[in-house]
Amino acid sequence: MANVGIVIISHSEKVANGVKDILEQAVGQVTVEAAGGQGDGEIGTSLEKIQGAIEKVHSAQGTIVFYDLGSAKMNAEIAIEMLELENVQLAEAPVLEGAYLAAVESSMGRPLEKIVNALEKEFK
Amino acid sequence: MAFTVEQALNWLTKSNEKIQENKDYLSELDQAIGDGDHGINMARGFDEVVKKLDGNDYKQVADVWKDAAMTLMSKVGGASGPLFGTAFLKMSMAAKGGEAVSYDAFIKALEDGGAGIKQRGKATEGEKTMVDVWSPVVKQLKEAKDFDAGLIRDSSKSAMEATKDIIATKGRAAYLKERSKGHLDPGSVSSYYIFQALSDCIEGEV
Ligand SMILES: Nc1ncnc2c1ncn2[C@@H]1O[C@H](COP(=O)(O)OP(=O)(O)OP(=O)(O)O)[C@@H](O)[C@H]1O
Ligand SMILES: [Mg+2]
Repeated sequence: MANVGIVIISHSEKVANGVKDILEQAVGQVTVEAAGGQGDGEIGTSLEKIQGAIEKVHSAQGTIVFYDLGSAKMNAEIAIEMLELENVQLAEAPVLEGAYLAAVESSMGRPLEKIVNALEKEFK
Repeated sequence: MAFTVEQALNWLTKSNEKIQENKDYLSELDQAIGDGDHGINMARGFDEVVKKLDGNDYKQVADVWKDAAMTLMSKVGGASGPLFGTAFLKMSMAAKGGEAVSYDAFIKALEDGGAGIKQRGKATEGEKTMVDVWSPVVKQLKEAKDFDAGLIRDSSKSAMEATKDIIATKGRAAYLKERSKGHLDPGSVSSYYIFQALSDCIEGEV
């Protein structure tokens, strides 16, 4: 059975990839995808990249999306609306710490709803 | 008067011209209270919009706006992309069906577009964002009976200028708190160019 997927959106490709590296190094079994920067590597966010990342990690178990500034959240919302997928949630938590917690929880096979609760409890 | 496909295309072409001409100015405004990319973002997005529209045979205003919306969402790269993209998408949904758009239908579309920006940005009036141009412009146009180039020009200009005195509470400028005061909001200035372009193409000016 697949685990809950994690998507990291940042304005910087390096930041998004860096967060992904940290999760993968510490938590073995984790389905994480980075959507950083614009297509050309410039600072910004890309709707296509975000959609692609969500599609890549998404399964029946669902997906949690972490984002940094401004347009990252707006584009994440648009991506989720356009993909019309069930069980994709935006996380209201710091990107690195939140995604780290979610990765640990996901690797233990916890369901989406439980992970979202754990994030709320930790970061509220 | 009804707003035709030709005018819809013209509007976006003229918007692009104004944005390209003022690309550096828009980025300068964004340097003062944001991250300095607004002109670059808008110039890239609108250039792609014009390319996308070019050579297509549109039957409905709504289809022009839809293609513009999708292009802005995917090409702009900053907050103005999803925001202007959502505005044009809502306008397209409102105008669906007819070949040309009556004044009442046009105002309804603009109103939905403005509401789309507020919803997407979780913003309201007085937060020093493009909402501070869209909302007052829609409000004033609603009171008119027909397309009025002068009204569009004047209402957008005064709304844009009024953003200078606001302290930002949304977007990047919000991090500056009181120091955001005394600067124009970049997204309001680009919204102003878009409304000036609308005014020009209604008046039939070059
Ligand atoms: N939450 C919001 N609601 C409405 N308008 C907003 C919001 N955030 C930013 N804006 C508008 O967008 C303009 C900035 O657009 P720009 O393309 O420079 O995006 P950005 O702030 O650099 O995006 P990002 O934060 O993703 O880097 C602002 O001047 C403002 O008018
Ligand atoms: Mg900017």
